[in-house]
Amino acid sequence: MSNKRIDQPTGTETVGHEWDGIEELNTPLPRWWLYTFYATIAWALVYVVLYPAWPMIDRASAGTLGWSSRGDLAREMSAADAARQGVFEKIAATDIEKLPASPELMNQAIAGGAAAFKVNCVQCHGAGAAGSPGYPNLNDDDWIWGGTLSEIQYTITHGVRWDGEDATRVNFMPAFATMFEPAQVDALAAHVMSLSGKAKDNAAGAQLFAENCAACHGPTGAGTPALGAPALNDAIWLFGGTEADVKKQILKPRHGVMPAWQGRLDPVTIKMLAAYVHSRGGGQDPAPVQTATAPEGKVAQAPEADSDG
Amino acid sequence: MADNKQLERTPPPADPPRDWGAALQPSSTGAALPHKASAGAGEGFMGSSLYEKGKTVHNKRIDGPFRRFKWLVMVVTLAIYYVTPWLRWDRGPYAPDQAVLVDLAHRRFYMFDIEIWPHEFYFVAGLLIMAGIGLFLVTSAVGRAWCGYACPQTVWTDLFQHIDRFFDGDRNARIRLDKAPWTASKIARRAAKWSVYLLVSLLTGGAWILYFADAPTLAHDVFTLDAAPVAYATVAVLTGTTFWLGGFMREQVCVYMCPWPRIQTAMLDEKSLIVTYKDWRGEPRGSVKKAAKAPDQFGDCIDCNMCVAVCPTGIDIREGQQIGCITCALCIDACDRVMKEVGRPRGLIDYATLEQCEAEAAGAPPQPAWKALLRLRTLLYFGVWASIGAALLFALGTRSHTEITVSPDRNPPFMLLKDGSVRNAYTLRLRNMEARPRKMEVALAGLPKGAVMWTEAVSFEDAAPRLVVDVPANETKVVRAYVMLPRGEEAESFTFRLAALDAEGERDAAETTFAMPEDD
Repeated sequence: MSNKRIDQPTGTETVGHEWDGIEELNTPLPRWWLYTFYATIAWALVYVVLYPAWPMIDRASAGTLGWSSRGDLAREMSAADAARQGVFEKIAATDIEKLPASPELMNQAIAGGAAAFKVNCVQCHGAGAAGSPGYPNLNDDDWIWGGTLSEIQYTITHGVRWDGEDATRVNFMPAFATMFEPAQVDALAAHVMSLSGKAKDNAAGAQLFAENCAACHGPTGAGTPALGAPALNDAIWLFGGTEADVKKQILKPRHGVMPAWQGRLDPVTIKMLAAYVHSRGGGQDPAPVQTATAPEGKVAQAPEADSDG
Repeated sequence: MADNKQLERTPPPADPPRDWGAALQPSSTGAALPHKASAGAGEGFMGSSLYEKGKTVHNKRIDGPFRRFKWLVMVVTLAIYYVTPWLRWDRGPYAPDQAVLVDLAHRRFYMFDIEIWPHEFYFVAGLLIMAGIGLFLVTSAVGRAWCGYACPQTVWTDLFQHIDRFFDGDRNARIRLDKAPWTASKIARRAAKWSVYLLVSLLTGGAWILYFADAPTLAHDVFTLDAAPVAYATVAVLTGTTFWLGGFMREQVCVYMCPWPRIQTAMLDEKSLIVTYKDWRGEPRGSVKKAAKAPDQFGDCIDCNMCVAVCPTGIDIREGQQIGCITCALCIDACDRVMKEVGRPRGLIDYATLEQCEAEAAGAPPQPAWKALLRLRTLLYFGVWASIGAALLFALGTRSHTEITVSPDRNPPFMLLKDGSVRNAYTLRLRNMEARPRKMEVALAGLPKGAVMWTEAVSFEDAAPRLVVDVPANETKVVRAYVMLPRGEEAESFTFRLAALDAEGERDAAETTFAMPEDD
């Protein structure tokens, strides 16, 4: 069968086979190469015993070490939870208005709140917390129910007009559809628009406003956060800022609802959510700072601005 | 000298040179292929030897210019490897004082005065490209000089072969000891030798980790068992591979594992310097005695086998170019000594190009080796290599240590405030590549008057068109900044300008957009 010979040009023995005149030189592989191959086989056998490897009908063989990727994940998750536990306890023990005094704790609360926000709040308030008509924007400086940390915390805890929650924030703008003549509605809406400089003053509208609206919205339309009465003299409109939108809201107001999160989320998560919402750019300090005047004061400084950089 | 005379009288023990089988090309020098002993291998399948038992190369000690050069390279490379991590370099209180440090945890690479950040990885890429082209350059000019002198596998193999020689004597004694039965004295010798192998390996693996952390601290922690498990694992792996590859595998790594010899076959040409046996001068071989009896019948090669005996990979250079030849030139040292002994001109084995060999065979006088270096291909490689190096140095010298990048909030893109002003939010990254904390000024440029900016640290009440931020040493500070335009003003784009408030006053700027409501 074999016909070995020494190949003259190379001096190497052939393996003895020949195909159409083609022969193969026998260049022996080093033995260690073979042993390396055996070692990989031994390694594979050991691996199959130690680790999940062999496919069965509904699962793989478990392996004597009991390792699993799910187990790894569970261990890492509980390790992460344990690592967070200390922070949670600190946040729980800190009064929410004292949080900003500890920037590190505040940042951790904001980060935790950002995560919780993505799960629980984005459905209405949007991923960027910018809201949409009927759903308040949480980034701006306009707060219907107040924008300090504790006020935000209260709103999240108890919700707005939430059935079955005794402490929920509640108010109702009456429907004026049956009370005003169309001309009166026009005058009143024009007056409301004029509060933010979008229309001219009109005496009839001002009269109607003073009689019907000022009790809640204030004589200048600055709003009353304690009552949840929105400011009407600013650029921000929950249900739209055109005259038609305003009329609609006078005649047949809509009333948004926000769930009370107490009972669904633990107090620490609610605290962190409040910190996150507060950090979005419009959060207010608890001090008796007039929320409406702060930005205006800033704009008054504008001439100092050096736009040339 | 006495050594050489003895050599001529007592031929070395029969240890046929190995043929690596996969000789790269048929012997280009045209040497008549010698009587080759059929592979003395163990019997494999069907009585045919498919596998070959490993044979240890017992190379003979030799002295000469190339051997001394090899010593020099070995001392220099080992010194660089072992000493570098211990060099100190003062960078002030905010950066490590280790001259060369790969700080993976903080993603910094320190090399003397140079500090590379992850975003500057192109410097590392450039160095790797230079290393690649440098290998082309070296190969094109002097063949496998890397393999012969500077490759760690070569340096450590050389080191281990000297250990062999120290414990077991020179070539003949080592061959005898190898064949001797396992007596107590042989076991003791082997145990002692392998302990030294292990010690060298341990030092090799141990030195490696020192490049990745503060060397004195880590060395102390390693001994007090306080170092990280990954440090011990790295030392263990590198100790194991050094022990195995340097102590036992040696030339097998070059022949069977390393891709470089195969790549080099494509890069060597007839103008590359290689170690060559000048067969037209040496053949036919004959001893001095034979030649004395029949002058004109024999070439210069006296077939003393010294070139084979000194070879660290155990090949016979007289068979021509082959993959096992790392061009360490020890055979040149050996042959030159023998030629001097027998009164024949040196250079029977020498660095030469294949082109020169053909010319010499045809009767041309030998050329000095350096002439082979000056040719277009080599000069072109050098030009490319040097220009990349110059470009890297230029980039390094002119880089700024101050940088700002801006990413505007996309959701929401803008925010209408109660008084009708518009606010945009930006994430600024202020990079301070100096090893000291710096104050930096961020300023708005290109926005209408009245535009102000504030951050979490600077409250809205203190908003201004320019703010000063403290940026820690060696860090990128992330700042969330709000920019507000008063009602009635409009803007589309503007620039954040950054200026370091120090003597150098480095600056940078980043342009970004300002989003506005579509109608008001």
